[in-house]
Amino acid sequence: MQPVYLDYNSTTPVAPEVLDAMLPYFTREPGNASSIHSFGQRARAAVERAREHVAALIRARPAEVVFTSGGTESDNLAILGIVNASPAQRKHVISTQIEHHAVLNTCQALERDGVDVTYVPVSGQGIVDPDDVRRALRPETLLITVMHANNELGTLQPVEEIGRIAAEADVFFHADAVQSAGKLPLDVEALGVDLLSLSAHKVRGPKGVGALYVRKGARLRPLLHGGHHERDRRPGTENVPGIVGLGRAAELAAANLPADAARVASLRDTLECEITARVPHARVNCAGAPRTPNTSNITFPFAEGEALVIALDLKGVACSTGAACSAGAVEPSHVLTAIGLPADEARASLRFSLGHDTTGAEIDYALSVIPGAVEHLRELSPLYHK
Amino acid sequence: MNPASNTIAVAMSGGVDSSAVAGLLHRQGSPVVGLTMQLWNQRRLPELAGDGPVAHRCCSLDDVYDARRVAEHCGFPYYVVNFERQFEAAVVRPFVENYLAGRTPIPCAECNTSVKFDELLTTARQIGAERLATGHYARIRWNEATGRWELWRARDAAKDQSYFLFGLTQDQLSRSVFPLGEMTKAEVRQAARELRLPVAEKPESQEICFVPSGDYSRFIHAYLQEQGRAVERGDGEIVNTEGEVVGAHTGVEKFTVGQRRGLGVAAAEPVYVVRIEPDARRLVVGSNTDLLRDSCEVGGVNWIAFERLESPVRAHVKIRHRHEPAAATVQPLASSCGDAQPAAFVRFDEPQRAITPGQAAVFYDGDRVLGGGWIR
Repeated sequence: MQPVYLDYNSTTPVAPEVLDAMLPYFTREPGNASSIHSFGQRARAAVERAREHVAALIRARPAEVVFTSGGTESDNLAILGIVNASPAQRKHVISTQIEHHAVLNTCQALERDGVDVTYVPVSGQGIVDPDDVRRALRPETLLITVMHANNELGTLQPVEEIGRIAAEADVFFHADAVQSAGKLPLDVEALGVDLLSLSAHKVRGPKGVGALYVRKGARLRPLLHGGHHERDRRPGTENVPGIVGLGRAAELAAANLPADAARVASLRDTLECEITARVPHARVNCAGAPRTPNTSNITFPFAEGEALVIALDLKGVACSTGAACSAGAVEPSHVLTAIGLPADEARASLRFSLGHDTTGAEIDYALSVIPGAVEHLRELSPLYHK
Repeated sequence: MNPASNTIAVAMSGGVDSSAVAGLLHRQGSPVVGLTMQLWNQRRLPELAGDGPVAHRCCSLDDVYDARRVAEHCGFPYYVVNFERQFEAAVVRPFVENYLAGRTPIPCAECNTSVKFDELLTTARQIGAERLATGHYARIRWNEATGRWELWRARDAAKDQSYFLFGLTQDQLSRSVFPLGEMTKAEVRQAARELRLPVAEKPESQEICFVPSGDYSRFIHAYLQEQGRAVERGDGEIVNTEGEVVGAHTGVEKFTVGQRRGLGVAAAEPVYVVRIEPDARRLVVGSNTDLLRDSCEVGGVNWIAFERLESPVRAHVKIRHRHEPAAATVQPLASSCGDAQPAAFVRFDEPQRAITPGQAAVFYDGDRVLGGGWIR
């Protein structure tokens, strides 16, 4: 059995169609999209086609799509761009306790610069209460930033309701959709967002490229200084192969979405049912909440998550503890802490995330390995008594 | 039973010794899994960041990078495991408390007993490796006659680290592998070169891994501050053995028994710290001869060669890392109530200089470790 990859929320393999689309732009088509000559024109055309595909995936206008280096830059550009463009003396931002570090640490940087930030809590099911967001509003609130799908739990936030609250209050609204794009239909109008972050490598595109949707009329201060690329919002020579890859990945995701989502959800449900049936005390976190179809977060009480990930990897099953970015950190996942898990249970939790290439045979293999691995770990745990 | 039970986990620090262990075991055909313990976050006490070179120190990113390169070069799986919580509780906090209590701790011995051959060994077993190999210079032997695992000094006497391993239990010894025990340092480096390990020429590191500069007094203060604990006034008086005040000091934790440097006491003869009285914040100083003692008590004793000490035994006793073991009689001592581990009384044939509370006393019968404990 080839090793089974169940860590799609961390990153995904590039789709063969995406790679094929990108390859010419490394060699035959070397043009800089800003150049006047025919090489440049063809590169420009490829970038703009990609922009159309990305716009189509989220039902935006192409001119509202800004290409970036990835999800982290998109989040930074959205939050810092809006806050720094405001001349206001007192500034306030509303976010949540379960954001990705790209948002969380950006907000913390703002706090160090004197901006007030409210971090709204979530329920035990990993969902923000829109009324909490409404109550957090202040006259000086500039921006609400709430993720669409949580990367660790897969839980979906009530973005549409929060969008209405933001619109009523005339406050900018940013959603980090890195983990929902390509997995769920997205419509920026229906969601009521002014800004939306995307990343290519979570949707079978290449690493190092992403996009930020910026609603027409929203003024951003750029993070970087340079040329007039991306309508003065993101200077720097366009990463043409990467952008082409993102465009093709967006196109594929849109075409495959309903079928993929249903198939992956059914595999995920099998995984969860069988694990909870075969592993004593195993518990799926936020199972009752609306979630992305591919994500499963499971607590295995009395098992150390870090050791379990290693044990499973050695047996050919790749998964993760919490977010890959916090792997190695001492603190238990802030997301699992926010849904009320005590530290030892948070450390005993694993994330399995499936994707387009996951097969039933792979899930069967994972299921043949996981219960034994957990049992072996528990036998050696001083805390476990059958 | 377990199909992977011949797998050996190797504790890799990124240095040449443990890298050679991994490389040699891998070449022999043993299934190897490399593990590096993340024990301390150097970013925690940023005020110490400027101290000394942080590279080539335990838990620096460089060392993880080096260990990972060795694993990649040889082609065995490798992981970093995080024991920062356990290390702080079992090693760092006692280290600080010991200094504040006027003792001179050996964190490496504590780490071996409580973290490396405990937490890490457990993790190794949890991931399917029944044994843990390390780069220690020491030997483990099975004694058929006594039915016990024994700890022996390394063949390379200059590199011998058995002193730091006295706390290993029978279970820990039975699952540990010290491939370097039969090798000299030169042979180890040569092996690393032959295996073309990327760390073959890496220099040695000696300092306490979580104190970047070796300035443990600054570390203690930074740590206490981080913990929000009031850094109490540490200064106090220096008295001679007659009790006369002869000077002042700025904190007992900056001193160790036998220390001469930093006292600032003017005297005809060189003076040394002979005793630390932490409660009175007082240092007692005296001449070199005042440092001589012919006995000491040892607590928390772990017996290796036998189950327990029934009657006095002759041994050579090593009272610090760089100490030539001295002939002595070791006799059992009634443990104070509530103390689960046995205690012993050591009477040396010749008085020993600077027997220091907090250090380990390890009892040798020739090259064989009988056991050891902590000097009270």
